[in-house]
Amino acid sequence: MVKICLDDHCFELSPHLSLLEGLEAEGMEWPNQCRSGKCQTCLVRVLDGDVPDEARRGLKPSLAMQGLAMACVCYPEGDLKIAATYAAVMKTGVEVIGLERLTPEILEVRLRPDQVMSYRAGQFIHLVRPGDGLKRSYSIASVPSTDAADLHLHVRRIPGGAMSAWLFDEVATGDRLEVEGPFGDCFYVPGDVNQPLLMVATGTGLAPLWGVLRDALQQGHQGPIHLYHGSRSPDGLYLVDALWQLAVAHPQLHYYPCLSSADNSLEGCHAGRASDLALEHHATLKGWRIYLCGQPDMVTLLRRKTFIAGAAMQDIHMDAFTS
Amino acid sequence: MNTQTTPSLYEQLGGEPAVNAAVDIFYRKVLQDERINHFFDTTDMEKQAAKQKAFLTMAFGGPNHYTGLDMRKGHAHLVSRGLNDSHVDAVIELLGATLKELGVADALIAQVAAIAESARNDVLNR
Repeated sequence: MVKICLDDHCFELSPHLSLLEGLEAEGMEWPNQCRSGKCQTCLVRVLDGDVPDEARRGLKPSLAMQGLAMACVCYPEGDLKIAATYAAVMKTGVEVIGLERLTPEILEVRLRPDQVMSYRAGQFIHLVRPGDGLKRSYSIASVPSTDAADLHLHVRRIPGGAMSAWLFDEVATGDRLEVEGPFGDCFYVPGDVNQPLLMVATGTGLAPLWGVLRDALQQGHQGPIHLYHGSRSPDGLYLVDALWQLAVAHPQLHYYPCLSSADNSLEGCHAGRASDLALEHHATLKGWRIYLCGQPDMVTLLRRKTFIAGAAMQDIHMDAFTS
Repeated sequence: MNTQTTPSLYEQLGGEPAVNAAVDIFYRKVLQDERINHFFDTTDMEKQAAKQKAFLTMAFGGPNHYTGLDMRKGHAHLVSRGLNDSHVDAVIELLGATLKELGVADALIAQVAAIAESARNDVLNR
């Protein structure tokens, strides 16, 4: 019999039972619906061990790559260590090794983890303040192959925001914090280097895409990449020069900085919302991979519109920032 | 006479690949249909698409473990928001249009519609 461990609870899975049936036989209520490997309600995260392909058939590749599997059609042949899908893969202490104001309202925070956290560019973490345990989510802007084990975060100063005010005004190099993660499926999926990519970000929604974009280019992505970055004010647009330089070095990259407030203009910037411009440029998106990050209303609206424009559900990745 | 058993409806339709081909087309139609799209909360599209895949598998005569009780529980909150026969009609119509777009023969579409129809009373909780 194979042994299943969920967190600290281990049990033997009777032969012919699915993982879901095994969890239920242990008296656990695991979410489920179709019980036939379709609806993906019963997902588990496999931390250690192999599951048959059947348990991942039809799953979005970016979910399968994070170790997720469907418990209802999972008949494991060996021992498994599993966790709930929302559980953090790891927790580690981090040291602040750098703080840089990219604009007056955006701070780059560079962290060096005590233990290497394996992540994919574009995922996010929970940042935890020691002492009171104040916790906020931030996307990872770094790329493992470029920035080694360091984690870079882009923090926008939020009026009345406890964590952002603390990071802007009090934290210094050498301070220690904690990080939990990584989470999320907003990352580059290798496999088709010619697939066109559409990326739309507002504000610090650029952070994950700065990671995904560089990861895609490093992995040899050849297809067109259209990146739209929107902000109300010029202080919300950042990495502008770096992105122009990247677009010069990689002709397949098309960069569109956008300012939505009519009072503002900046050389090379488009007037209007990034989401409107992206939809205007791309009426049909069949075969495209889509990345949407930032303001939740923008993300929700654009997910719907890009799907209706022909993008497959499995090819739409997003990260909605709630503040 | 050919004594081979006739393939099931699910097999005739093309099985799981056919469901995969149909689900995005069907869901796109649902989201654009003013009669029913207000029932679909677009904050969780991915979960809904997965549920629609389960629904299409059932309607295609494929393997599923849905019970009438699941159907009732799954739609009770929508019935309280006004879900009625006209909305079920719209869903069945869009299902037919999806299959037509994929080149499925009318006789098979009618069988799919009949399976979807059989869930009507459970969906409407009556």
